[in-house]
Amino acid sequence: MDILNALVAFLNFVFIPAAAYGAQLALGALGVTLIYGILRFSNFAHGDTMAFGTAVTILATWGLQAMGVSLGPLPTALLALPFGIAATAAMVLLTDQAVYRFYRVKKSAPIILVMASVGVMFLMNGITRLLIGVDEQRFADGTRFVIDVRTFKAMTGLQEGLALKTTQVLTVVVALLVVWALFWFLNRTKSGKAMRAYSDNEDLALLSGIDPEKVVRMTWIIAASLATIAGVLYGLDKAFKPFNYFQILLPIFAAAIVGGLGNPLGAIAGGFVVAFSEVAITYPWLKVARYLFPGWQPEGLLQLLGTEYKFAVSFVILIAVLLFKPTGLFRGKSV
Amino acid sequence: MSTNRQAAASNPWRAPILFAFLAILFVLEGTVRNSMFSGSWNTALAILNMGLISAITALGVNMQWGYAGLFNVGVVGFLALGGVAPVLVSLQPVEGAWQAGGPRVLFALAVGVGTLALATQVWKRLHRGRTLAMLAVLLVGFVLYRGLFDPAVTAIEANNPARHGNLGGLGLPVLMSWLVGGAFAAAAAWAVGKVALGLRSDYLAIATLGIGEIIVAVLKNEDWLARGVKNVTSIPRPVPYEIDLQQNPEFVEFATRWGFSAAEASGIWVKLCYMLLFLVVLLSIILLAELALKSPWGRMMRAIRDNETAAEAMGKDVTARHLQVFVLGSAVIGIAGAMMITQDGLMAPVSYNPLRYTFLIWVMVIVGGSGNNWGAVLGAVLIWFLWIKAEVWGPELIGLLTSPLPEGGLKEHLLDSSAHMRFIAMGLVLLLVLRFAPRGLVPEN
Repeated sequence: MDILNALVAFLNFVFIPAAAYGAQLALGALGVTLIYGILRFSNFAHGDTMAFGTAVTILATWGLQAMGVSLGPLPTALLALPFGIAATAAMVLLTDQAVYRFYRVKKSAPIILVMASVGVMFLMNGITRLLIGVDEQRFADGTRFVIDVRTFKAMTGLQEGLALKTTQVLTVVVALLVVWALFWFLNRTKSGKAMRAYSDNEDLALLSGIDPEKVVRMTWIIAASLATIAGVLYGLDKAFKPFNYFQILLPIFAAAIVGGLGNPLGAIAGGFVVAFSEVAITYPWLKVARYLFPGWQPEGLLQLLGTEYKFAVSFVILIAVLLFKPTGLFRGKSV
Repeated sequence: MSTNRQAAASNPWRAPILFAFLAILFVLEGTVRNSMFSGSWNTALAILNMGLISAITALGVNMQWGYAGLFNVGVVGFLALGGVAPVLVSLQPVEGAWQAGGPRVLFALAVGVGTLALATQVWKRLHRGRTLAMLAVLLVGFVLYRGLFDPAVTAIEANNPARHGNLGGLGLPVLMSWLVGGAFAAAAAWAVGKVALGLRSDYLAIATLGIGEIIVAVLKNEDWLARGVKNVTSIPRPVPYEIDLQQNPEFVEFATRWGFSAAEASGIWVKLCYMLLFLVVLLSIILLAELALKSPWGRMMRAIRDNETAAEAMGKDVTARHLQVFVLGSAVIGIAGAMMITQDGLMAPVSYNPLRYTFLIWVMVIVGGSGNNWGAVLGAVLIWFLWIKAEVWGPELIGLLTSPLPEGGLKEHLLDSSAHMRFIAMGLVLLLVLRFAPRGLVPEN
């Protein structure tokens, strides 16, 4: 019984939150890695692209709610998502034309593109603040829980409760669907193959008659969609606050680098590696330990690191990967 | 940027004219009172002093970017780390804190560093089974470190938590802490650079982004170090206090002779003292930087920046030189951080915002002219002036622009959010300069 209790506590406090967070990071890291693969720079504006997409989605959600539209048990934000994606895609295409294209044509050093992306980050940050302000927004509606603690306890008779939030299930399901669609697109369609060819070898792709501008446009649209979906799922699961989306940049970069920059499969793996390490290292294991070893009375909470240092976990993972395997677990593009 | 560095003939009067324009802006701020300027010398000097500190930070960033093409996105972290120095050096020792756990904390930190060093040696020396051996060392070291560190911190933080709860300082002169601040930042930069340099240029940017966030998180949460979010106040000053000046009859007489009230004059006097101190530091750093840039070392740095492959082929150790200049630049940023805390007399970790302390500094460097020290100074003071004044000018501009709009929700929303316009404006400035004038206001010669 105690082992079951320990397992439930582990699922409730570690596995489920980390799985949802990992799915959000994976979607974010996919966007970063695709842009890196095709455009060959680390996009610092990605966090604020997520924030922008989420802000538009929230505004659309409010509009839909005002019109009395709802999805029943599911959050209305899902219906508003296409608006957010469309606006974000338009936005990034505009920034590409106005900012990045110039440096791409000139073949500037990647670091100049990184710097330009910092400028874009400022702009997007300002626009997001203008749209929705700096305060925290909660926009999840519908049913809150798939299983709540009380029902679970009544059902199983266990001492530990288990809560499964709708947003957590939704995150994992949506992420699975999106990843499936993305890989189908990359592996089965002509445009997707063109993208991969361009990422592998630019010159060869140009010689084969692939239109680079079209590839770039597609990349931006896909990255914007991934960013918006990741941002909305993160916002539904936690809460929307523009500054948090800037801070999430570090775990996203860490995930993309762990998996190998430019490698989509790696980005997904990296997202889960970062999320599970972060949650496991900042979770106080005392509760689980008490069930497993009833006689043991440890001092303290058995927490390896306070939650306020959760970003340090991504950083340490990042450093470890840079030290021992700079190309990432799944052999990314370059060192 | 390497393609934009061809030395075009630039007007030798350009920099002096721009500096004169800047001086006029400050004189206007000090003398003219209207809707655009405050007409107060106190305000003007306060902006100028913070501008000088930003200029020193910008010099540090310019060393990294302008001399070596390194993109440091963790400026806020190095600045904050430098700011710890005044707290640890110049504050009076806290009674009982050292006895409670001082040596233990130091010992624990030494164990932590020793563990990392031992793990590195294990990794380098052993061949078979080195992964396991290294992980074992790290695990044992971590348990040992936490076992020593946690009780010591609890003891220090339990010592009079309402007023202190921190380790306190050494009671040394605050000016000494500026150098210590530089040393702190340099040490952190060495650790980061050792790992991230020599790889793709993006990796340094991402790693510095991380270390910046972590340093600020440490300052916010480690109460024993600098009281965390409870803030440390009353850090001693290197210059006289306003209240002492106001009680000094000679000074009051001096002030009235110049037509100022004692309160106003004392503020101006203190700020002028700070300004002199900052100018001395700024000019010595510029002098050293210019000498270095003109030396064989400087030529080598520029050669590496402009063509790494060629420099490497000539037998230059590119990674080692990059590490060197990265550490030097960060040390300068650390000095600026210590100066900022000294001027404020207050250590408030919550105020370290990356947008304000990292990216704004970058805008200053790019606008001023990367690779040119005077350009960095000009850009820093100018952008800082505009950043402060945008708070006043922004709402007025928006009020003017929205005046044809009908009264209602949209107009009100725009007026309310004029504060956010600063970010948009800064982003636009960065992008426009990067694209249309990549060599900045005062180009490198």
